[in-house]
Amino acid sequence: MISARALGLAPALRQAVVASKSSRGLVLRSVVATRGVQTQSLPPSAAEKILNEQRLKRPSSPHFTIYQPQLTWIGSIANRVTGAGLSALLYGYAMAYLVAPETFASANVIELVASMPEAVKIAGKTILAAPFAYHSWNGLRHLGWDMTKFITLKGAYSSGYAVLGATAVTTVALVLM
Amino acid sequence: MQSLVARSALARSAARVPTRSFASSAARFQATPTEKPVLTKEFKIYRWNPDEPAKKPTLQSYTIDLNQTGPMILDALIKIKNEIDPTLTFRRSCREGICGSCAMNINGQNTLACLCRIDRDASKDTKIYPLPHMYIVKDLVPDLTLFYKQYKSIEPYLQNDNPPEGREYLQSQDDRRKLDGMYECILCACCSTSCPSYWWNQDVYLGPATLMAAYRWIADSRDTYKAQRKEKLQNEMSLYRCHTIFNCARTCPKGLNPAQAIAKLKLELAAD
Repeated sequence: MISARALGLAPALRQAVVASKSSRGLVLRSVVATRGVQTQSLPPSAAEKILNEQRLKRPSSPHFTIYQPQLTWIGSIANRVTGAGLSALLYGYAMAYLVAPETFASANVIELVASMPEAVKIAGKTILAAPFAYHSWNGLRHLGWDMTKFITLKGAYSSGYAVLGATAVTTVALVLM
Repeated sequence: MQSLVARSALARSAARVPTRSFASSAARFQATPTEKPVLTKEFKIYRWNPDEPAKKPTLQSYTIDLNQTGPMILDALIKIKNEIDPTLTFRRSCREGICGSCAMNINGQNTLACLCRIDRDASKDTKIYPLPHMYIVKDLVPDLTLFYKQYKSIEPYLQNDNPPEGREYLQSQDDRRKLDGMYECILCACCSTSCPSYWWNQDVYLGPATLMAAYRWIADSRDTYKAQRKEKLQNEMSLYRCHTIFNCARTCPKGLNPAQAIAKLKLELAAD
C-alpha cells in the first residue's frame, strides 16, 4: 500500500476495491496504462543539438531600460555624450570652415551672434558651457581614477557630486562671461 | 453575553480534548495567537517559457501577504512558487549569500534575492527581472555559460614552477592582505551584468568579476606567471573596455570593489 501511495495510485486502487474485489489486477493495469507522460530515449550526443536549437530562440533580458538610474552609469553616459557632442561641434565647424571659409569666418560668426536676441545668446552659451564644464571636470576625475585615487565607492560618489557642483559653478561663470 | 461566549468556547475546547477536561487544563491558560493584519504586496516578475518560444517575455503579477512571508525577496519567490505558481523558475541554494545562485535584478538593481529585504511599503510593487542583457534559459534563469568560460580563460588557480620543497607556500602578512576584498568573490555575476561595457561587448570584454579574479592571481605573491597573465590582457578589448563606470562596485552584494581591482590592473599594465 505504501508503494501505491508513493505512485499516487491509492485513490484509484481504493475505487477499484469498492467496485470489484475480484478484478483488482485488471484495474491496476488500466491505471498504469493511463499515465500520460511519455519519455523518449535519446543518445547523449543529441543533447547538444537540442540545446543549440533552444539557444537560438532565447531572448536577451532587458538592461538599461530597467536598470535603476544611478550617478555611476548616468554620469558615465553623460561624459560620453558631452564628449561626442563637443567633438562633433569642433570637427563640424573645422570642416565647414575648410569648405566655405568666407561664410564661417570669425567676423561673420561674431556678427551673427551679436544680432541674436539676449535670451538666445544665454541659452546658446549654456548649451555650450555646461557640457564643456562637465566633460572637463569629469576628465580630471577619470585621471584621478587612473592613478587609483578615490577609487572606492564612496570616493566615486563624492567625486561625482563634486563634479556636478563644479559643473554648475563653472557653467554659471562661463555664461556670465 | 460575554460569559456565554466564554462558556461556549470552554465547551468547544472541552469537546476537543475530552481526556483532560478538568479546570487546570493547559488549553485554558494558552493565549490565543494574535493574527497579524493582512499586508498584501504586488510582485511583478519577468516570465519567459522556452516551451513557447514565440511568446514574448512578460511581467507576471503576483500578490502575496507579507505578514505570512519571510523577510527576504527569496522568501517571497519561494512562497509564490510553493503556493501560487509552481512553474515560476529561479536558481537558489544557500539562502545566505554565499552560493551566488539567486542573483537577479530586483527593483532595477542587481543583487542576491536572499540578501535583499522586501520593501514593506505595500503601495509600491516590486519588479524582479533576471540579470540584465543575458540570454534567458527560463524566467529568472540566465545562461551563464559565457561568464564561466571567461572565468576559466584567466586560469584562476595558482601557477608556480618552483614550488617550495617539503613545506607550504609562505607569504608575508602584507602580501596576504593584498588579496583581501578580492578572494571573497562568489561569482554571482551581479557586477558583470550591471556593467554597460559588458552589456555591449560581452563577447570580447571579460567583465568586472573575471578581471578582479585575474588581478587576484596577479597580485598574489606566490604566483610566478604574472607576466603571462598580464600579456593575455594586453589588448584593446579584454581589459580596456572598462570605463570606470562603477556599476560593479555599486551593485556587488558582497561589498567588494571590482572597479578598484581593474584600476590597479590597468596601472600595472600601463607600467609594463
